[in-house]
Amino acid sequence: MTVILGQTFTGISIGAVLLLIALGLSLTFGQMNVINMAHGEFIMAGAYTTYVLQKSISSAGISLIVALPVAFLVSGALGALLEWLLIRRLYLRPLDTLLVTWGVSLMLQQLARDIFGAPNVQTRAPDALTGNITVIGGADPLTFATSRLFILGLAIAAVVALSLTLRLTPLGRRIRAVVQNRDLAEVSGISTARVDRTAFFIGSGLAGVAGVALTLVGPIGPTMGTNVIIDAFLVIVVGGIGRLRGSVIVAFVLGVLQAVLEYSTTVSVAKVLVLVAIVAFLQWRPQGLYTLRTRSLV
Amino acid sequence: MNLLKGRSARAWTGFAGAAVALFAVAPAALSDFRLGLLAKYLCMAMVAVGICLAWGRGGLLTLGQGVFFGLGGYAMAMHLKIADAGPGNLPDFMQLYGTATELPWWWRPFGNPVFALAATVLLPMAVAALLGLFVFRRRVKGAYFAILSQALASAFAIWLVGQQATTGGTNGLTDIQGFFGYALDDPVNQRMVYFVIAAALLLLIALARQLIHSRYGELLVAVRDSEERVRFLGYDPANVKLVAYVVAAGMAGLAGALFVPAVGIISPALIGIVPSIEFVIGAAVGGRASLVGAVLGAIAVAWAKTALSEEFPAGWTYFQGLLFVVALAFLPGGLASLAKVLRRRGATAPAKAAVVTVGEAA
Repeated sequence: MTVILGQTFTGISIGAVLLLIALGLSLTFGQMNVINMAHGEFIMAGAYTTYVLQKSISSAGISLIVALPVAFLVSGALGALLEWLLIRRLYLRPLDTLLVTWGVSLMLQQLARDIFGAPNVQTRAPDALTGNITVIGGADPLTFATSRLFILGLAIAAVVALSLTLRLTPLGRRIRAVVQNRDLAEVSGISTARVDRTAFFIGSGLAGVAGVALTLVGPIGPTMGTNVIIDAFLVIVVGGIGRLRGSVIVAFVLGVLQAVLEYSTTVSVAKVLVLVAIVAFLQWRPQGLYTLRTRSLV
Repeated sequence: MNLLKGRSARAWTGFAGAAVALFAVAPAALSDFRLGLLAKYLCMAMVAVGICLAWGRGGLLTLGQGVFFGLGGYAMAMHLKIADAGPGNLPDFMQLYGTATELPWWWRPFGNPVFALAATVLLPMAVAALLGLFVFRRRVKGAYFAILSQALASAFAIWLVGQQATTGGTNGLTDIQGFFGYALDDPVNQRMVYFVIAAALLLLIALARQLIHSRYGELLVAVRDSEERVRFLGYDPANVKLVAYVVAAGMAGLAGALFVPAVGIISPALIGIVPSIEFVIGAAVGGRASLVGAVLGAIAVAWAKTALSEEFPAGWTYFQGLLFVVALAFLPGGLASLAKVLRRRGATAPAKAAVVTVGEAA
């Protein structure tokens, strides 16, 4: 019983990390149909921001709290810059955007290597986030790592904040309008170019927040982004674009699936099985779990 | 009719020129070491021929060609390892790990040279057909297909690393000695491998050209540019795309199989996400829709990688990223379209300038 609960918790915490990463992607992919391969490097930027801040602020707890908004701004600014320099020129060519942003991600990785060195670096987690919480004591204890719980809380907070922004604020209304019908939004007087840039800023900023969270569970290195980005894209593909709900459900389902399969087979076999499950799922729902209903053919 | 004659005459001249360059000029001008490198680049060019067909002509951005390259390469390497070990013996790395006392069942068929040779092409084609059937039938397309193909590359590489005892894990299959009875450390035999690769590349180019200029080729471009219209005309775009994807996979498989005797190794590092995208960049830089552009682009990028990455490893990464950005953002037709773009620029520049002045005055 505790094994099942433990694996489920592991899966949910994998899902929380996936969700944090995929949240920003779902905004940029859903909003602009842009596949941003440099998203993983924005995660890396967030993680290195944490690392730099911890060097100047001695208390691990305070530096982590400061890092959240700072990483959001740093990664968001990088994203807005990328949008302004390159992506806005490539709107009608989504596949080319994918490859162009891959080129950008290569350069950002090398930049990180030149600044911080190729080996991974570590940050200190605050004391409050290093231990375990015992849920069931006794001979067969069930414990949850507090850092994992913190990430879960952060993911939930990010989802709530983003969905409230999209639902309640004027900016959110504009973003939804552009997602649903770009041309109609444009003729209604919305500056779609400005909305795009803002959405890209927020989406990339969320990647920075995800980067801060990743420092709690793993090392920081130049290639940390590429390791997680494919899984995050799969979340979007399976979840469907344009709706947050799909990404949230799929992130947790894939996380639990991964954990259960890893437990019953091996890590490498689990990866293959998850991919097979995704292709099988797309037979049933080729557009993903949730889609915006439109009358267009594509 | 005249135009067709002109085009086919030009193609024949180009083909003959390439044959002379590959079979007479290069072996005479290059040292054994350089010729070996060229053989490796030609393998990359073979993958690019398939990418030109699937991506340039069919619009299928396949970011997982490394999988098919790897399947072909591993099929060939498994046979060569078994042949190196001799009858009754285990390949050296299996003895080293000591986990297996006899050959795993799925290694056994590869001891047969005919089966192994057929598998280098048919195995990648079968995998591509299976994935393509599921994906294209359900109209999963564009970026979704690109991501799925990339996930396939990632999963395959991770799986190979995980099966240390039977696939050699991260090291891959290394230290291959012989190639169907010929010792590979003999320079004469290395030259023979080069000639085989050059002939295979020319064969694939001829095959791809026939496909591109056939009725099927027209249909493929039509699917790329307007899939729905092709559907309304009564064709099934899924089948059209499937053929391009499967042919491209077979070409990558053959390239992988010939890469093994040329370089002597196949490993997960050669087939994961990064190398899979590197296959695409050559075609993109040279010109994805042009066979000549894709092939020359692949050779040039592979050459630049060897030339630059040894001396300036950091500089090469920046250069590679920049190549991607510049080629795709500003020259989507690749270098093959450079002349056309410049000519158009030259012709329209005065008119454009006039418009700008008018706009500023108003």
